[in-house]
Amino acid sequence: MTDAPVTPVLQARRLVKRYGHVTALDGADFDLLPGEVLAVIGDNGAGKSSLIKALTGALQPDSGEILLDGEPVRFRDPLHAREHGIETVYQDLAVAASLDIASNMFLGREVRRPGLLGKVFRLLDHKRMREESARHMAELKIGLRSLTQPVESLSGGQRQGVAVARAVAWARHVVVMDEPTAALGVKESGQVLDMIRRVRERGLPVILISHNMPHVFEIADRIHIQRLGRRVGVIKPGDHEMAEVVAIMTGALQLDQGTGSTVAGRS
Amino acid sequence: MTSALSTPPAPARTGAPSAARRLLTTPTMGPLVALLLACAFFSLNTDQFLTGGNFSLVIQQVMVVGTLAIGQTLIILTAGIDLANGAIMAFGGIVMAKLAADGAVPPLLAIALGILVCAAFGALNGLLVTSIPLPPFIVTLGMLNVVFALTHIYSADQTVANLPAPLTALGETFAIGGTLVTYGSLLTILLFLLFAYLLGQTAWGRHVYALGNSSEVARLTGIRTRRLTVGVYTTAGLVYGIAALLLVSRTGVGDPQAGQTDNLDSITAVVLGGTSLFGGRGLVLGTLLGALIVGVFRNGLQLMGVSSIYQTLITGVLVILAVTVDQLSRRRIR
Repeated sequence: MTDAPVTPVLQARRLVKRYGHVTALDGADFDLLPGEVLAVIGDNGAGKSSLIKALTGALQPDSGEILLDGEPVRFRDPLHAREHGIETVYQDLAVAASLDIASNMFLGREVRRPGLLGKVFRLLDHKRMREESARHMAELKIGLRSLTQPVESLSGGQRQGVAVARAVAWARHVVVMDEPTAALGVKESGQVLDMIRRVRERGLPVILISHNMPHVFEIADRIHIQRLGRRVGVIKPGDHEMAEVVAIMTGALQLDQGTGSTVAGRS
Repeated sequence: MTSALSTPPAPARTGAPSAARRLLTTPTMGPLVALLLACAFFSLNTDQFLTGGNFSLVIQQVMVVGTLAIGQTLIILTAGIDLANGAIMAFGGIVMAKLAADGAVPPLLAIALGILVCAAFGALNGLLVTSIPLPPFIVTLGMLNVVFALTHIYSADQTVANLPAPLTALGETFAIGGTLVTYGSLLTILLFLLFAYLLGQTAWGRHVYALGNSSEVARLTGIRTRRLTVGVYTTAGLVYGIAALLLVSRTGVGDPQAGQTDNLDSITAVVLGGTSLFGGRGLVLGTLLGALIVGVFRNGLQLMGVSSIYQTLITGVLVILAVTVDQLSRRRIR
C-alpha cells in the first residue's frame, strides 16, 4: 500500500450503540480500503458483530456516521445496504436449504421471462438463471455437477461456495463474510480462502470476520482489532506475530498506533 | 479450529444423486405409488371401483377438503399451520347463503362477499402471526373458536335453504365421455394447477419455499417476510372462500355445522401428499394426491362394505406413516 490518500470504500466514524446499560459500540471507527481483504478480529463481546451489523444495515447505530465512497449513508435494513452494493455472507444463514443453486443465487432478484410470459404470467426464466449461476460458480472455480440439486445435498464447503458466489455476483462495493470457515473442515476452508483471493483479484474489497487466526494471517491485507466496543488498532499481518495480535485483542498488550510497536497493557 | 486439524479432510461429496435416487426422494413419489396401489387393490376387490362415475364421485367427495388443503399447503410450506380453515369456510358459506337467501344482495355479490370475508379472516391470521408475533398454531386455534362462535351467532344455528341458482351452479354437471363431472370438481383441479404454477414457476413461489426453510435466511436475502406471510395467509383465506362456495353448491344449503373436522382433514391431505410440516418442502400437486388417497380409501372401503370407523382408523395410520417417512428422509439429508 502506498501513502497516497485513498478514499476508503467503506468508513465508519465514532459509532455508538447501546442496549440499556450494555455498550456494544463505544465510538468505533472503521476503514476499508479499495481492493483489500480486511480481517476484523476481537474477543467475544468486543463489538465485532455489532460493528458488522451496523455496516450492513442489520442494526442502526445510536450515533456516529457511515460513509460509502466518502458519501454519508444511513442503512435502514440489510436490503437497503444490499441496494448500495454491500453483500453479506452470514454464518449459518446463507442459503435456503431446499431450493436449488440457481434459485439461491437469484433469491430475491429472480429473472422473469421476457415479454407477456414474464410480465403477465410472472413466469421465471429458469434457463437464464441457471446459465448465469453456472458462469458465476465457474468464475470462482466452484465445481458442481448440477445446478438443479437442492443445496442441502451439497457439502458444507460447496454450500458456502454458493453463498459466496451469490454475494460476489451482486456486490458492487463490498463483500462481507461472517465466519465463512467456522463450520468447515481443513480442505473446505482452504477452498473458501481461495475464493476470497479470487474475489480480491476481481478488485472487490472483502471484510472478513473470523476467529481463526491462521486463516486471518494467511489471507488478510490488514487486520482491524476490535476491543471493548472500539477499534484498538489496525495492523499488517507481516509486522506482528500472531501471539502479539492475540495479546492486543485481549488487552494484555497495547498498540501504539504512532510507532506500530506494542507496550504492556493494564488489562 | 484445533479439532478440525486433527480430523481427516471430509471426502468431497461432489456427485449428484443418481436419477433413480432422485426419483425415489421426490416428495410426491410416495403418495403417487400409494394412490396407484390403493386404486389397484380396490379395482381387484370391488366391481364398481374402476368406473368413470365412481372416480367422478371420489373427486366430488374430496373437492371441498382438497380446496381447503391448497390453502393449508401454502401455510404449511411457510412452516405454519392453519387450524381455522374449516371454520372460516363454514362462516363464509353461511355469509353467502344468508345474504343471497334473504335477498339482501344479488347472488353474485353474496358470493363475492362470502369469499372476501374468508380472505379477511386469513389476513387477520397472517397479521397476528407476523406482527405480535404469535405461533400460527395458537393464532389459528383461537381463530377456530372465534369463527365457530361467529358462525353460530350469525346463523342463529339455522340451516339456510332455498338458495338462488348461482350459489349451486358449481354442483351442476357436464359429461366427459359419458361420465358426469361437476363444475366444482373441474374448478378444484384448475385451482391445484394454478397454485402448482404459482409455487413452481414464479418468484413468489421461490420466496414461499425460502420463508419455510428459514425466515431469517429469507429476510437477509431481502425478501419482505412479513408482507409475504400476510399475503400467504390472505391467499389461503381466499381459497377457503372458494371452498365455501364449493361446499354450498355441493350441499345446496348454508350449514353452520359444516366443515368442523375439515381443518384436520386438510392437514391429513397435505401430509399424505409429502409436504413437510417443518416447512419449505413439498408440492401442491402432492396435496391433490393426498386428498385423493383419503378419498379413494374411504370410497373403496365403503364399496367393500367396511364400516366407516375403519376408514378413519386407516386414515390415521396413513398419516403417521407419512410423517414417519418425512422425518426419516430429513434425517438422511442432514
